[in-house]
Amino acid sequence: MDGLILREQIADEAAVSRRTFLQGTGLLLGFVLTGARTQSVFAAPASQVLDNEVTGTFAPNGFIRINPAGAVILVMPMIEMGQGVYTSLSMLLAEELEVGLDQIQLQHAPPNHALYVNSIIGIQNTGGSASVRAFWTPLRQAGAVGRNLLIAAAAKRWSVDPATCRAKDGVVFNASGSKQLSYGELAEAAAKLPVPDAAKVKLKDLKDFTLIGTRAKRVDSAIKVDGRALYGIDARLPGMRVAAVAISPVLGGKAKTVDEKAARAVKGVRQVVNIGEVVAVVADHTGAAKKGLEAAVITWDDGPNGKVSNADIVKHLEEESKRPGVVARNDGDAQNALAAAAQRVDAIYQVPFLAHAAMEPMNCTVHLRKERCDIWVGTQAPTITQSQVAELTGLPMDAIKIHNHLIGGGFGRRLEADGTILAVKIAKHVDGPLKVIWSREEDIQHDMYRPYYLDRMSAGLDATGKPVAWTHRIAGSSVMARYYPPYVKDGLDPDAVEAAAEPPYALPNIHVDYVQVEPPGVRTSWWRGVGPTHNVFVVESFIDELAHAARQDPVAYRKGLLGHNPRALAVLSLAAEKAGWGSSLPARHGRGVSVQFAYGSYTSQVAEVEVAADGSVKVKRIVCAIDCGMYVNPDTIEAQVQGGTLFGLTAALHGSITFKDGRVEQSNFHDYLPMRIDEVPVVETHLIKNAEAPGGIGEAPTAIVSAAVTNAIFAATGKRVRSLPVDTASLRSSS
Amino acid sequence: MAFTLKINGTPHEVDVDGDIALLWVLRDVLGMTGTKFGCGQSLCGACTVHLDGQPVRSCQTPVDSVGESAITTIEAIGQSPQGAAVQKAWLDLEVVQCGYCQSGQIMSATALLRDTPKPTDGDIDAAMSGNVCRCGTYQRIRAAIKHAAGV
Ligand code: FES
Ligand code: FES
Repeated sequence: MDGLILREQIADEAAVSRRTFLQGTGLLLGFVLTGARTQSVFAAPASQVLDNEVTGTFAPNGFIRINPAGAVILVMPMIEMGQGVYTSLSMLLAEELEVGLDQIQLQHAPPNHALYVNSIIGIQNTGGSASVRAFWTPLRQAGAVGRNLLIAAAAKRWSVDPATCRAKDGVVFNASGSKQLSYGELAEAAAKLPVPDAAKVKLKDLKDFTLIGTRAKRVDSAIKVDGRALYGIDARLPGMRVAAVAISPVLGGKAKTVDEKAARAVKGVRQVVNIGEVVAVVADHTGAAKKGLEAAVITWDDGPNGKVSNADIVKHLEEESKRPGVVARNDGDAQNALAAAAQRVDAIYQVPFLAHAAMEPMNCTVHLRKERCDIWVGTQAPTITQSQVAELTGLPMDAIKIHNHLIGGGFGRRLEADGTILAVKIAKHVDGPLKVIWSREEDIQHDMYRPYYLDRMSAGLDATGKPVAWTHRIAGSSVMARYYPPYVKDGLDPDAVEAAAEPPYALPNIHVDYVQVEPPGVRTSWWRGVGPTHNVFVVESFIDELAHAARQDPVAYRKGLLGHNPRALAVLSLAAEKAGWGSSLPARHGRGVSVQFAYGSYTSQVAEVEVAADGSVKVKRIVCAIDCGMYVNPDTIEAQVQGGTLFGLTAALHGSITFKDGRVEQSNFHDYLPMRIDEVPVVETHLIKNAEAPGGIGEAPTAIVSAAVTNAIFAATGKRVRSLPVDTASLRSSS
Repeated sequence: MAFTLKINGTPHEVDVDGDIALLWVLRDVLGMTGTKFGCGQSLCGACTVHLDGQPVRSCQTPVDSVGESAITTIEAIGQSPQGAAVQKAWLDLEVVQCGYCQSGQIMSATALLRDTPKPTDGDIDAAMSGNVCRCGTYQRIRAAIKHAAGV
């Protein structure tokens, strides 16, 4: 049977069961209402996110589908994982297509490189804070093409010049407004017209935008407040079984003994699949699968990585970082300038491995048949997933159907197809559809981690305290070299050095190099930023050290080095002003600042902290100024600044994945600590408006926050934090 | 073993071992996927449902412990005045990001407002600190609870 049809059945069943719930609750409510309450209940707006693929009578490009009967359907080339991209990309399309955001429905794009490639990344990937940057022009063009065709169809029907007609809210009007036709009514006729060249259609002037730049409401909120939103983990198919998995705790290990009989004795367990690297217990529901997995009491053969430890990884990095790396930047003569400087400052910085710990644990639903393979998953990388599954199964690409889903937090984790590949390997041994769910422990212990980096910094200051020499050596894993080797030219991973090779400051003699060091037994990958999340911490901490060495105020010192960089200067000045920089604070309170250019955006933050006598750090307030050029939705930007900042702050204060005997030592939210509502500061956002090219926003606040906080800790305590997460024991007051 | 669960006002028969967590009965056996799995250890609150109006972590609630208690899930929380107010506030203030934690957040917030119609910041901290949001929507969650409460 066709997978899509199956999916529709499921949707129908879900609709029926939803109706059943509502009827049920109606009964309950009826009972309650005979009491005192009479308030009206919440009327949920209709879902705007379709669970199935829909075709369109009028489909002039990959993004627009209009049917005679129905709503305007927009196909989303990038996946929604919280960053608000379904709203911002819809706004770009709707602005030119002339439809209201309440008139549209959305569907997840299938894998299709030609139609949906992200031009900045070069792959149909959602990541790198690149969605709005990449689709700013193409989606407005696509919308304009659609509008032009719909207007042309109406003009033809009315035998008038298209230039005299206009479109608004999904309707075309003639010059006097006496005649009108809806987009649905025009779909068939418009579909017959030749499609104009998207690059040649005229786009609106910025000043004529009515949607772009507004605080339009998110299009995915309604389904996320009443349980209707479908994530990959919610996929349900007729006859589907669920598998709980135990992956070898050591990378490269294998299951030695498995008590399959005990597992199968658990009610609801159907099958045990042991493929060495993973043992899966297949059952009617997750509860039985987990219970079966526990009963299976697995012992493991650790394989070659059984001795991997953090201590060894760091020792190796320390050694390797002593040798010269691939040069990322070399202006002037840093070594000579360093030797001749009036004052020299040296420091070593380190940042840990980090897990993603998205709230939706890893999962994937697979239906593998002889001639096709259907995958239900939330993925940031649908084309990569498709080709890896094709390779594994030997099926042709077009036999691999990727049904993408909303993602319950991506943060780069879903750029990897490993979870899907593992699920397909298990599904090879199972008849019918299979959902594979990782426990939180599996999710944290078999993540692909933000790499551990070790950075060596040196700078020379002249007699006035100005930096005349700057050297920065980065040592650590290259995600890019594994993930996308064509982007690594002559051994230089451009991501690993982003925001280090080009610090915003005037540095006349600068040498930046990169030593690739791959940790054994550890898989590294993308995170909510990789290069900048560590480089900005290093650069902005070190520039703070230089300000201190020069006996200058950290903001004034930075400003003195930003004369050539007006946008960076502007965000710094704005953040400092809004934070009340320079006003006095009580003892053991401090403010810290940081500035960055990364992901195409300029950002500055000021953090205010209080360090208690026991060393514990309370971040009280974070002020963020951001210049991301032309922007789509300021409300989304504020939400991303709040969320992105907390993601980085959580890592700076708590985040560390460590290895012992080849195993990850952390396992769940009790030892890989998320920040909680009682711990988080207020984050204030100040947005600069201009007509510069759009910049990215999802990762910028994550990268910048740690240095602002550790610089504030220095201001509060005089103790410089050179490795993350913050070691509060080192901050205890000596008195 | 067979159990009859009263969920959102409707009885449902399920046949599972008594120690199976209510979460999996809701999600897998009955197909009510609005309640989410996040940690399985009462550490994140994603799986929060109400038992007789009290918030509980369904991942650590064995089905045989439910008995006659009325179960309310996110799918029906909007049928109570507090639930409806919370959902509306969530939309008014654009709380959600990925949304995955929000079923649990809304269940916890609704229980808070039922017991404490005018919560202080301290009340909000106490009631909501069991609910993790990796997208970092806490600032808006706090504001939305106050908005719903009219404080
Ligand atoms: S899944 Fe139940 S508290 Fe996390
Ligand atoms: S909205 Fe994504 S985890 Fe809370």
